[in-house]
Amino acid sequence: MAARPAARRDGARVQRTRLSHRMSAWVRHHRLSAADSLRRVLERPAASLLTWLVVGIALALPVTLALSLDNLRALGGRVDTQAQLSVFLNPAVDTAEGKALAAELGARPAIAGATFRSREDALAEFRARAGFSDVLGGLEDNPLPHLLLLVPREPARSAALAEELSALVAVDEVVLDLAWLERLQRLTALGRRLVLVAALLLAAGVLLVLGNTIRLAVEGRREEIEVTRLVGASDAFVRRPFLYSGLWYGIGGGAVAAILVAGMFAALRRPVAQLAAAYGADWRLAGLGLVDAFGLVLAGGALGLIAAWLAVGRHLRLDPGG
Amino acid sequence: MISFERVSKRYEGGHDALRDVSFEIGADELVFLTGHSGAGKTTLLRLVMLLEQPTRGRVLVAGRDLSRITRRAIPAHRREVGVVFQNHRLLFDRSVFDNVALPLYIAGYDHREIGKRVRAALDKVGLLRQERAMPVTLSGGEQQRVGIARAVVGRPPVLLADEPTGNLDPALSAEIMTLFEDFSRVGVTVLIASHDLALISRLRHRIITLREGRLVGAPA
Ligand SMILES: Nc1ncnc2c1ncn2[C@@H]1O[C@H](COP(=O)(O)OP(=O)(O)OP(=O)(O)O)[C@@H](O)[C@H]1O
Ligand SMILES: [Mg+2]
Repeated sequence: MAARPAARRDGARVQRTRLSHRMSAWVRHHRLSAADSLRRVLERPAASLLTWLVVGIALALPVTLALSLDNLRALGGRVDTQAQLSVFLNPAVDTAEGKALAAELGARPAIAGATFRSREDALAEFRARAGFSDVLGGLEDNPLPHLLLLVPREPARSAALAEELSALVAVDEVVLDLAWLERLQRLTALGRRLVLVAALLLAAGVLLVLGNTIRLAVEGRREEIEVTRLVGASDAFVRRPFLYSGLWYGIGGGAVAAILVAGMFAALRRPVAQLAAAYGADWRLAGLGLVDAFGLVLAGGALGLIAAWLAVGRHLRLDPGG
Repeated sequence: MISFERVSKRYEGGHDALRDVSFEIGADELVFLTGHSGAGKTTLLRLVMLLEQPTRGRVLVAGRDLSRITRRAIPAHRREVGVVFQNHRLLFDRSVFDNVALPLYIAGYDHREIGKRVRAALDKVGLLRQERAMPVTLSGGEQQRVGIARAVVGRPPVLLADEPTGNLDPALSAEIMTLFEDFSRVGVTVLIASHDLALISRLRHRIITLREGRLVGAPA
């Protein structure tokens, strides 16, 4: 009885050393495979560079599209938040009533701000603008109505708000000139879908290109694979170096894509800033962030792994016995 | 150590390579497997290394029914069975040392252990000086001995050899058979397929003979 716990402890120790032996063997093979695959990739720099470029360009394309869309959306968003409702009042409404209405509407929770613009102010503004003074000079009466400028709290609900306001007796017309904004939003939604489709297609293309590269590598090492399986290599052992090859090709491709996109946006930054300045806007092109670049490299690596897995898996299935 | 229980193997084309074969080989035995060309010798060895499954009957190695071994467990089984192939099957893009080290590398031994064991195996087959050589620079007999070193380097309990002396001269053939006898003496179960009746009948070990897939001498 006394010997038993000791025996169990010994057993546990044997188990543990066996496990740690297997762990270190596993780590060792990963290290060797990674290094060996990298060596094979770098041994043929021209072919590898070509693969990286193909993968890089294929990945850069949808990313460029997506970034452009993001920029457009940001532009739309800025206009959006400044969306205004122009509420033209009934000519029968006088200045005091108009001011009272502005105060009342301004207090509503759905409205962030309300400004009263009297018809006199509006006329004066028109007069001040070049070209209009002549036209207006001939008029005896002021043809302009009082105007309320409203800023809705939720730009998305502007249309509903406009409808609600136009039902008021004092209101003649509500103008919500957001049609172009809506169009822009529809377009960006469509654009996003297109980017998704392009990204899927190009990812499939990357898988095919990398899968074919790995398949060729597998063919080239056919005899080696067969012999290693005959002397007891597992599928995982056979697969491992090719997974690393796929990873190196994919990571390289992702890095090329990040460099391409970052370079492209860096080159566009100044011209875009100048264009925005010409329109009096302070708007800057958003490029590829560090996190995005890292994600791109990771995505490339993931595609490489998947491609290699599929290519080697196909070989192992076709040749099950070894 | 190896036992066949009424094993038949029919290939996909409908050819019966083995018919109702039963025999048993003890752990410390060295047994020769002979028979005319096409008698089924290679097929029998392929069953032991799980390159094929029998159509009928059971093959047991070290008491384990091979039909129970799952696909995932086949590599572990193959590490227990060293094989010397008729055509060596060496990898010509790496040195003698790396060829012999392959099973150890697969089994996950560390660098130092691999070095020790590979040199011991190469020493055993008399090729220690050629460890850095490339296989192409070796003679046929030397290549065959590299193949033997690779088969035994993992110290498997079972050693199979398919025509290990196929194209060697008689003196070299005898030398190689002596090597196998040495392994048998240290407890390895050895099964050698060979045509070379003159040689194997001189060696006084058990001989299993196949004729058209049947064991000769067994009840029909
Ligand atoms: N993969 C296969 N598919 C179909 N038939 C096969 C296959 N392998 C072997 N055979 C047939 O099975 C029979 C036995 O073949 P096997 O290779 O076992 O003979 P062997 O005794 O090793 O001959 P040898 O001395 O010429 O090497 C032969 O008739 C061969 O044609
Ligand atoms: Mg044969």
